[in-house]
Amino acid sequence: MDKVKKRYERPIITKHYSGLMNKFGSKSISAPKTTIEGIPVEYLVDQFGSPLYVFSEKQIRENQRNAYRIFRNRYPKVQFAWSYKTNYLDAVCSVFHQENSWAEVVSEFELDKALRLGVLGSNIIFNGPSKGKTALQKAIAQGVKIHIDHFDELYDLIELTESNNHKAKVAIRVNMDVGVYPKWDRFGFNYENGEAWHAIRRILSSKNLQLVGLHTHIGTYIMSAEAYRIAASKLAALARSIKQEFDIMVDYIDMGGGFASNNTLISQYLPAEEVVPGLEQFADSIASGLFELPYKAEELPMLILETGRALIDNAGYLISTVIANKRLADGRRAVIIDAGVNLLFTSFWYKHKITPAQESGLHTEDTTIFGPLCMNIDCIRESIMLPALKRGERIVIEYTGAYDNTQWMQFINLRPNVVMIMEDGSVELIRKAETLEYLTECELIPDKLKTR
Amino acid sequence: MSKYSVPETLAVSDSGFLFLPNTGETFTLNLVGKEILNLLQDGLSEEEIVKHMLDRYDIDERSLEKDLSDFIMQLRKYSIIKEE
Amino acid sequence: MKIAVTGLNATDNPGPGVPVIRCLKESKEYDIDIIGLFYDSLDPGIYMENICAACYMIPYPSSGVNALFDRLKVIHEKEKIDVIIPTLDSELYGFVKLQGKLADLGIKTFLPTAEQLNIRSKDKLFEFCDTNQIKAPKNILAASVKDIYSISEKFEYPVVIKGIFYDAYVVNNFEEAVSAFNKIRAKWGYPIIVQEYLKGDEFNVVALGDGNGQMTGAVAMRKLYITDKGKGWAGITINDNRLIELSRKVIERINWRSGMELEFIKSAETGEYYLIEINPRFPAWTYLAPAAGQNLPLLMLKMMLGEDVKPLTSYTIGTIFVRSSWDLITDIKTFEQIASFGEIKWTK
Repeated sequence: MDKVKKRYERPIITKHYSGLMNKFGSKSISAPKTTIEGIPVEYLVDQFGSPLYVFSEKQIRENQRNAYRIFRNRYPKVQFAWSYKTNYLDAVCSVFHQENSWAEVVSEFELDKALRLGVLGSNIIFNGPSKGKTALQKAIAQGVKIHIDHFDELYDLIELTESNNHKAKVAIRVNMDVGVYPKWDRFGFNYENGEAWHAIRRILSSKNLQLVGLHTHIGTYIMSAEAYRIAASKLAALARSIKQEFDIMVDYIDMGGGFASNNTLISQYLPAEEVVPGLEQFADSIASGLFELPYKAEELPMLILETGRALIDNAGYLISTVIANKRLADGRRAVIIDAGVNLLFTSFWYKHKITPAQESGLHTEDTTIFGPLCMNIDCIRESIMLPALKRGERIVIEYTGAYDNTQWMQFINLRPNVVMIMEDGSVELIRKAETLEYLTECELIPDKLKTR
Repeated sequence: MSKYSVPETLAVSDSGFLFLPNTGETFTLNLVGKEILNLLQDGLSEEEIVKHMLDRYDIDERSLEKDLSDFIMQLRKYSIIKEE
Repeated sequence: MKIAVTGLNATDNPGPGVPVIRCLKESKEYDIDIIGLFYDSLDPGIYMENICAACYMIPYPSSGVNALFDRLKVIHEKEKIDVIIPTLDSELYGFVKLQGKLADLGIKTFLPTAEQLNIRSKDKLFEFCDTNQIKAPKNILAASVKDIYSISEKFEYPVVIKGIFYDAYVVNNFEEAVSAFNKIRAKWGYPIIVQEYLKGDEFNVVALGDGNGQMTGAVAMRKLYITDKGKGWAGITINDNRLIELSRKVIERINWRSGMELEFIKSAETGEYYLIEINPRFPAWTYLAPAAGQNLPLLMLKMMLGEDVKPLTSYTIGTIFVRSSWDLITDIKTFEQIASFGEIKWTK
């Protein structure tokens, strides 16, 4: 009779160093992430390959509904506008649009993408420092809400609307000191030095520009809810001056985005989940700042939010496969996985949650995770406590919904499949893995170089 | 056939705690690591250890061979064992 | 009654765990067993006699609250803990987040709210002082080495470079500032605080707030001996009502709940007190308080247990603490037990 063999675990020896004698290490092993939204990781890889980006429709809808509810409970008129640059995969945008989100775009390409998805011009907000005249013309014609970034653009708009006698709906982006670091003063008009007020007067003196809103966006990954209260109250003060001096009431106040997600920054010691304020706190602060507005309750302007990261980060996963194990010169363990920094741009600033997708041993070891690229910068994580991983085993990198699918690039390797797990449990391909044909489609070879 | 010498005074406790009396360093080994160190102490060669372990554990030969050579490299780095 | 206390790192940069435990053990009304919670197998508090009945390793704060809670649950199953008193800054966010879940297990805590913690966080303190007319040194937050260049525009050297949780260096020039900045950044991340260096003596207050704006007790002391790490190695209780009143103002304005240490510098130029730091927990010299007549940790325990307490208003002036180092002896078997299993029970 065959004897039952014991479960094997890779042999590990750990030296005790003073100051580091904690057997829990700097990261505890959580349970393996064997499924995403109930679908086995192995099944997903089997069907769609590795590496693989996975989105959860259910999670996106939950995030959006939850955020709407939180803000709506505190302020009567709330409108979200999906930040295209955070993730402009068509399927992802479409879920947000089905949840009544407008589109917030920052380039002609993004504007075209939103129009192509059927978003009404009047439900598009056009931000950014470089819109271009043709895009502005398109935007004016479609009734897009144009958020002016600088005086050159303001004068472009005056010129364009005068030359074909169109009306444009505009807002200005205002930058300000809200007590957070670093101060964002490169976008929009400054509040403290009076530039914003100057821009408003110029808009109101032009007969073709209609001032419909005020916009600010105080930064990114903001951890202070109080900063949003200050920002909201400064915009409210501007609105008050506009009402007093011109008897005009703006339709909306756009508070931008920038709420931190639960991804931990590399420079943060404590996990983000412990120090990042909840959406409720951001909403409380914004509402209390806005209630300084000089309007009657029924006249209150609409509150627009361009929340990106906080609505999508936790709905995206990257599944990757262990290619090799290595021992570095200093004795540290390293694993090479099949997803590199070209797919996971955010690994430059986040300590992502990384979890094995299968049961593994209890002992963890300080491990460096490298991507597959033949480039020194291709390091997904400098140091993380991980159990022994065998070749071919999978890991799941969480909180990868924001910015990764817009900032990723084809580099050395082509980009992989992206799938969405639908609410009914089916799995849909939402972006096909790239092919050589796709990549070379735009390339041309001069005749001289064609002969061999 | 690589064989390694392990000081006789070296003792790994049941919990996998290892104390080097000559240097004062301490280590933790997991169960498989502890078993392998004990086998080295018994004078088994690398090949004999592979054979012994394959018999007892649910693991393929190639993976075991890779893990073992990595483990032995570390033991040597920490001067716990010496090649004979 | 079993009370779990963290911060057993009674090293040359001591955690407050051991002194807090000593205060609690002075209690005549309760029969207290201390469960020590430690991070490192060599934390001296583990090895001290008559301090802990048992000690358990817990995961570092950077592992997140879930890992901490899982571990605390295991410890609770064995020990049936009644109260947990965390004593280290970096733990507090985690324990604050867990207090509801701990209460569900029947474990009491007495902690500030997350909002209160934020007000006193080193990067916000200056603002708080400004709005409440409390004098504080000038501050900037540094987010890159670039900001270190601006020091010479805003301050005169020397300046103090501080981490968000721990560590502070007095630096005399740009090179030293960059080196301190990098050291702190590597260990504690951002923001890093650059602060005006005030010449003068250091005064500290240990105080207790009831969470409703009342200060339940406070003892002021002057540091008599400061180590090269800036730690008070000896101190004496003093009588200056201004210090106590400033502390009362802080606790009232924040509605502070829990122990607190306030650090002041008495400007050599003006004789006025500048608030340089608030620590959201009892300090490592807390044992001076009961010695001078105010057992603040014990008072906090009573408030936790729902007893009616009267604020303490006086203490003995001229009580002195002198810290000493003392070598504890143990053996390899004991160390193995602690390092391999992460727990040890001492037999009485």
